[in-house]
Amino acid sequence: MIEGILIEGLVYGIMALGVFIAFRVLDFADLTVEGSFPFGAAAGGALLAGGAAAPAALLAAFAAGALAGCATSAIHHGFKVPPLLAGIVTMTGLYSVDLRLLGGRANLPLITFNPVMRGSEAWLGPGVPPVLASAAAFGLGALALVLALDLFFHTELGIAIGALGDNETSVVSVGADPTALRSIGIALANGLAGLSGALAASYQGFADVNFGSGVIAAGLASVMLGELLLPSSRIGVQLLRVLAGSVLFRAIMYAGRSWGYLAGITPNDLRLLNALLVVAALAASRGRARLSRDAALRRAKRGRGSPARGGGGAS
Amino acid sequence: MIRLEGVEVAFGLGTQDERRVLRGVELEVPKGQRVSVIGSNGAGKTTLLNAVAGSVRLAAGRVLIDGSDRSGEPEWMRSRCVGRVRQDPLAGTAGEMSVLDNLAMASRKGRRRLLPAVTPRLRRELAERVAELGMGLEERLRENVNRLSGGQRQALTLLMAALARPAVLLLDEHTAALDPRNARIVTELTRRLVAEHGLTSIAVTHDMGRALEEADRLLMMHEGRIVADLQGAAKEGMDVEGLVALFGEARGGRLEEDGALLR
Ligand SMILES: Nc1ncnc2c1ncn2[C@@H]1O[C@H](COP(=O)(O)OP(=O)(O)OP(=O)(O)O)[C@@H](O)[C@H]1O
Ligand SMILES: [Mg+2]
Repeated sequence: MIEGILIEGLVYGIMALGVFIAFRVLDFADLTVEGSFPFGAAAGGALLAGGAAAPAALLAAFAAGALAGCATSAIHHGFKVPPLLAGIVTMTGLYSVDLRLLGGRANLPLITFNPVMRGSEAWLGPGVPPVLASAAAFGLGALALVLALDLFFHTELGIAIGALGDNETSVVSVGADPTALRSIGIALANGLAGLSGALAASYQGFADVNFGSGVIAAGLASVMLGELLLPSSRIGVQLLRVLAGSVLFRAIMYAGRSWGYLAGITPNDLRLLNALLVVAALAASRGRARLSRDAALRRAKRGRGSPARGGGGAS
Repeated sequence: MIRLEGVEVAFGLGTQDERRVLRGVELEVPKGQRVSVIGSNGAGKTTLLNAVAGSVRLAAGRVLIDGSDRSGEPEWMRSRCVGRVRQDPLAGTAGEMSVLDNLAMASRKGRRRLLPAVTPRLRRELAERVAELGMGLEERLRENVNRLSGGQRQALTLLMAALARPAVLLLDEHTAALDPRNARIVTELTRRLVAEHGLTSIAVTHDMGRALEEADRLLMMHEGRIVADLQGAAKEGMDVEGLVALFGEARGGRLEEDGALLR
């Protein structure tokens, strides 16, 4: 059970990393994720079912997601429409592409061809229980991914993408092309969602065109739970806590599924639980911001006999 | 060298509230010259800088930098040879990023390779440059920029602009949002950086006294035109009263009101 929650949390955590990069780093409300996730699942699933090797299928799923991201940024930049609209257009169109990839069916079972799961269960040799080996494989894989992303966000390209979501003017004034940077960032975010989709298909044992429904809300909940767990301004920690938040989110959902009946919660209520989690995380982070501000005010009062003024935006 | 040839900028072209904001501006600024621009609110000073920086589309005319026509170039590309510090101290830096990352981005001149942005060598170099600001920022390289004061942030923006060794530095009332002490520090710093790097600069200001004192050349703008261009002896012989009178002439009388507007 614990291993299951961990694996599920890491698999969907990769999608949540994409959501984090789009929504938090780039400040780009990207609904494409809801389409690139099943797109990656369909592309990866179709390849796996056709006998492709696991790394090739996962790479293709990443590429598929990145392509979806490129479509969204082309619409956004080309027609100067808001991110939400561009994302919805891509997401809607991808649904039909997914159906084609899955051979006209809504669902493709991966029971017989599942090299991703079989590989992850067997890599430590026959002495290790498959589910433990699998959890270790996904854990190491996710850590390697976070490490790679951390390195990326410390390169010239990476810090420029980070600065873009923060203040576009500053990026333009150092002579970097904001359109190219945003396109690369969105491609990366959706590439991660696509990869996550293919992994999810492997983990669930099937690819489904409706895989994407609700993933953004789950990703956002994971991002916010992570932010509650570990406040930090270091990008490496921020990435890592997305994974932690995702595992926590899956644990809460598992609890809702398994013991929710005690409180009258049915599986039908899980989406509502997800929405409430987002609201609760928002409320908690506001509450904490207020608490720390009050504490600062109290300190200032004690120090000077009068509360410090918030000295404008710059201080 | 900067050259503007017949530059026109208009907003709302073809609509009822069409506004011609720059009207046939001709200007040539030789290398190393320090230019100050004065004029009342809405005269087109910021728009003039926008035209040089490429942040507005020209309705007509050309902008040449070091002899080549840059009119069609997007703003980000032109930023590689045009440095700019705006009035808003928050505008020029990414607040959620460290002092070091901001500086590194500026010193890379927009290059975006998959190589570490901050090498130990660059870090040492930048720490030295920051120390020259005399604000103690070299101790705070890892801190996020939004924890700096407005004055420190403006000084950092200025340093970032200078690091890229631009062909021209544009300053738009860049001390106006600062308290008197910080304004003085940033003004002093500007003077030093411009002198050190021999930068060509175009500075918009409402302080006529300082404009006369510090610039090699003074431009007065009114309703989208350069109505006075003083340098050399003409500038030396000018005082603030003379400028106010000149400005009144340009507007066609109404002296007292103009004096109030320009102060
Ligand atoms: N984006 C825009 N759309 C429409 N009108 C604009 C725009 N930008 C500037 N203007 C108009 O152009 C005129 C000149 O503006 P500009 O900002 O260049 O003035 P300025 O000389 O810098 O004034 P100030 O001293 O107030 O900064 C103003 O009348 C302004 O309303
Ligand atoms: Mg202005």
